[in-house]
Amino acid sequence: MSDPLIRIEDASPMGMVTLRAELNDGKAASALAFSGLEIPAPHQVTGTPEKGVLWMSPDELMIMTLPDASDAMVATLNEAFEGTHSLAVNVSDARSAFRLKGRDALVREVLAKLTPADMRPASLPVGRLRRTRLAQVPAAFWFTGDGEAMLICFRSVGGYVFDLLSKVAEEGTEVGYF
Amino acid sequence: MLILTCPYCGVACDETELHPGGEAHLKRFGPDASDEDFEGYLFQRKNPRGVHFERWRHAYGCGKWFHAARHTVTLEVFGTYPAQVFEPPEKIRAAILAKLPDWETGA
Ligand SMILES: [Zn+2]
Repeated sequence: MSDPLIRIEDASPMGMVTLRAELNDGKAASALAFSGLEIPAPHQVTGTPEKGVLWMSPDELMIMTLPDASDAMVATLNEAFEGTHSLAVNVSDARSAFRLKGRDALVREVLAKLTPADMRPASLPVGRLRRTRLAQVPAAFWFTGDGEAMLICFRSVGGYVFDLLSKVAEEGTEVGYF
Repeated sequence: MLILTCPYCGVACDETELHPGGEAHLKRFGPDASDEDFEGYLFQRKNPRGVHFERWRHAYGCGKWFHAARHTVTLEVFGTYPAQVFEPPEKIRAAILAKLPDWETGA
């Protein structure tokens, strides 16, 4: 029986809505406040994976909902942004999500084996999002707590990402960097 | 290893998170241009041992195109700046001149 360095759980399905819009004119803030959500500061995460927001870029947010609530979120956003240049799309079926759990240093180590991103706690504290590369595909991850991280990627490469994570978390592969 | 900070989202990107876009600040020559100008626009590129202005895309991140000024021999990065300009901004030129007083703008 092997004893992997960390636990890797499939966290799908997760409701995910991409919002691209002007985020600083108050419209987005009030639309999200209506749903009990808050726009994160750059690179930050607010709320939880069931009801939260990821800061993806200066004009892009990812809104996380319960799986059956994403269509309603799109409708809310479309109403709030009506008449302005914006885009709200339910991308739930286009994403995979994983939950990584274990000793904080090992969760960081497993990710560091696959990404060029700086995984030190000071550079990626709890609640900070990093969009980056995981081996050969794009991914985004953030720590929700000590030794607990969420990771999202395109669903078309979900199997690949799960295999990658499993491989670098195999028993006996600990580096001990962090 | 080359690290460029995306001027839009602020992430310190590893080179492998970026897609290279070649020489920056090319002037486009279109349908009414001379053959010589059109050929130059399509094929002629600078390849200096020294300061080089480049286009990069933050492909594994915010997805936006930006500019970078770096030294092709030392790999020193003088700065990154938004894509919506026709020439390197004053701040970037000053950073280059501070390190390389003999560097001539436009050379
Ligand atoms: Zn960026």
